[in-house]
Amino acid sequence: MAQVQLKNVVKKYGALGVVHGVNLDIAEGEFVVLVGPSGCGKSTTLRMVAGLEDITGGDIVIGDRVVNDLPPRERNLAMVFQNYALYPHMTVRENLGFSLKIAKKSQPEIDRAVDEAANILSLTPLLDRKPGALSGGQRQRVAMGRAIVRQPEVFLFDEPLSNLDAKLRTQMRVEIKKLHQRVGSTVIYVTHDQIEAMTLADRIVIMRDGHIVQVGTPLQVFENPVNTFVATFIGSPPMNLLDGTVQAGQVVLADGTTIPLPPGLHIADGRRVQFGVRADNIMPEGHALPPTAHMAFVDMAVTLTEPLGTETLLYATLAGTEIQAKMLNPRPVSPGETMRFGVALDKCHIFDADTGLNLRG
Amino acid sequence: MASATQHRIKKRALKTAHFLGLFLAMSLICIPGLWVVLNSFRPTIEIMAKPPVWMPQSLSLDHYRAMFGGAGEGGIPVMTYFRNSLIISITSTVIALLVGMAGGYAFARYSFKAKGMMFVALMASRAVPGVALSLPLFIIFGRTGIIDTHFGLILVYVAMNVPFTIWLIDGFFRQVPKELAEAAEIDGCTRWQAFWKVEFPVARSGIASAGIFAFLTSWNEYALASQLTRSTTSKTMPVGLLDFTSQFTLNWGGMCALAVLMIIPALLLTFVVQKHLIAGLTFGGVKG
Repeated sequence: MAQVQLKNVVKKYGALGVVHGVNLDIAEGEFVVLVGPSGCGKSTTLRMVAGLEDITGGDIVIGDRVVNDLPPRERNLAMVFQNYALYPHMTVRENLGFSLKIAKKSQPEIDRAVDEAANILSLTPLLDRKPGALSGGQRQRVAMGRAIVRQPEVFLFDEPLSNLDAKLRTQMRVEIKKLHQRVGSTVIYVTHDQIEAMTLADRIVIMRDGHIVQVGTPLQVFENPVNTFVATFIGSPPMNLLDGTVQAGQVVLADGTTIPLPPGLHIADGRRVQFGVRADNIMPEGHALPPTAHMAFVDMAVTLTEPLGTETLLYATLAGTEIQAKMLNPRPVSPGETMRFGVALDKCHIFDADTGLNLRG
Repeated sequence: MASATQHRIKKRALKTAHFLGLFLAMSLICIPGLWVVLNSFRPTIEIMAKPPVWMPQSLSLDHYRAMFGGAGEGGIPVMTYFRNSLIISITSTVIALLVGMAGGYAFARYSFKAKGMMFVALMASRAVPGVALSLPLFIIFGRTGIIDTHFGLILVYVAMNVPFTIWLIDGFFRQVPKELAEAAEIDGCTRWQAFWKVEFPVARSGIASAGIFAFLTSWNEYALASQLTRSTTSKTMPVGLLDFTSQFTLNWGGMCALAVLMIIPALLLTFVVQKHLIAGLTFGGVKG
């Protein structure tokens, strides 16, 4: 176990900057997820920690060593790749034991470590197969096994689940979380899937265009997004955003509809803003509205419904913008039906229309 | 029911036609080779018969006996030629493979200045027919004193084979995902170990096939060898075939016998290495 620090880390390919001064402190045993759209620099950041990419500027510290110029083998970390990168000419047993063999450990020692890892990941019956004869999920487990056999200080995961089907992905997600609870190592995990990020992370690092946009626990970034990017990236469905102008403590939408500002916010008249509300906080009346004193009501015509079982997702149009709302304890709704929706104002956000910044924070 | 039977008949007919076609094509390819083998066991009179005698009347090892016999009885220094061929082909193949691996790996993994240009230049060098170089080579080799030596011919074959081995091996290394080497490096390997313990074994089949191609090219090459060698100390087997021609006669039987001896090692090598030729090693390590 070790802490990992990134101090103003920069990566450039020629004149093209990919990562622009990333600062991040990761505590011992912490599970940190880097998340962001493709091309945001998250994988490059991970590869710099691994030593697979040189860093152009800044420092990377693992434990108490600055590792900037150390090759990967001297950083004492393990990495699980998106495409697994199992050695195709070796059996599962040899794959798992490879790092120990390179480290010149004795055969009994290797066997013990391999058997233990195989046990944890239920790979024992597969030990003598080659990777070509394994299913996707099994390969994924071998890749994880190869990582834990080494007992590294830091685990790196580079989109490890993106090649699996949805069901397997959910299963492996749970296994990774269990694994972390069991071995307690520091984990840096890269994904573009915000659900993976939310479910796995102790802390989420949201990146865009080579910058860190926000760092926080899953609930912090969900409840207090710093800007519209985080608001729409984290959470499913994404936060609804409505363009409007502030007039006398109210947001006036394009069609003249007014919604009061969330409590405690004072914004000058005439400022152009975006009103943000999650589907969970805009619900049809009579369907378990969240208990709050700060409730505003709007009428909207439903255009589409998506029944999900315990809840139904309602699509409606408000001031020319499509909005998603949740209906708990659902009843059948036919498209075109106008319903009255309650908006839980204390859970809503106001963003500056130009900068996208959350005016609450 | 009727249509099912019809379908079955049609399917069988198609299959028969398919095999017939394959048989005809294979015959066309194989008959010259078989004819050479057959002729090496037949008396000259039968070889030269017109119309051709398809079914051999008598088979004997006479041509082989004569070939290994004394100089006066139509014998030629077969073993020396064989040794020359072996030394030259194996050495040039090993060197071409080493250079090809280094070059192919560099082209597959690294980006450097004028990479595309260099690659095209390498390939373009293949477009020059070897014979066109025979006179310049003859003159240069004559002046430098490496004509009629193993070294000279090895040099020529390495030059001939290197562009091709680079091109082939580059393709095979491209198929090896670079994450394999990265994973090996994280697992504790140096760059060098990652290559020899992971990337090389995975690309082994491709390198073996490049080796076969290089070996066969050197083993069978005639045009340049006939110019650059002249004595038994360096003549290779294809050049040795010429020993069976004299001013007025052509010893076809002897030539065929030597040709068979030439074919055997090439066939053996191909059989030994063929399991490597069947690709498939690279698959399975990454998503599939």
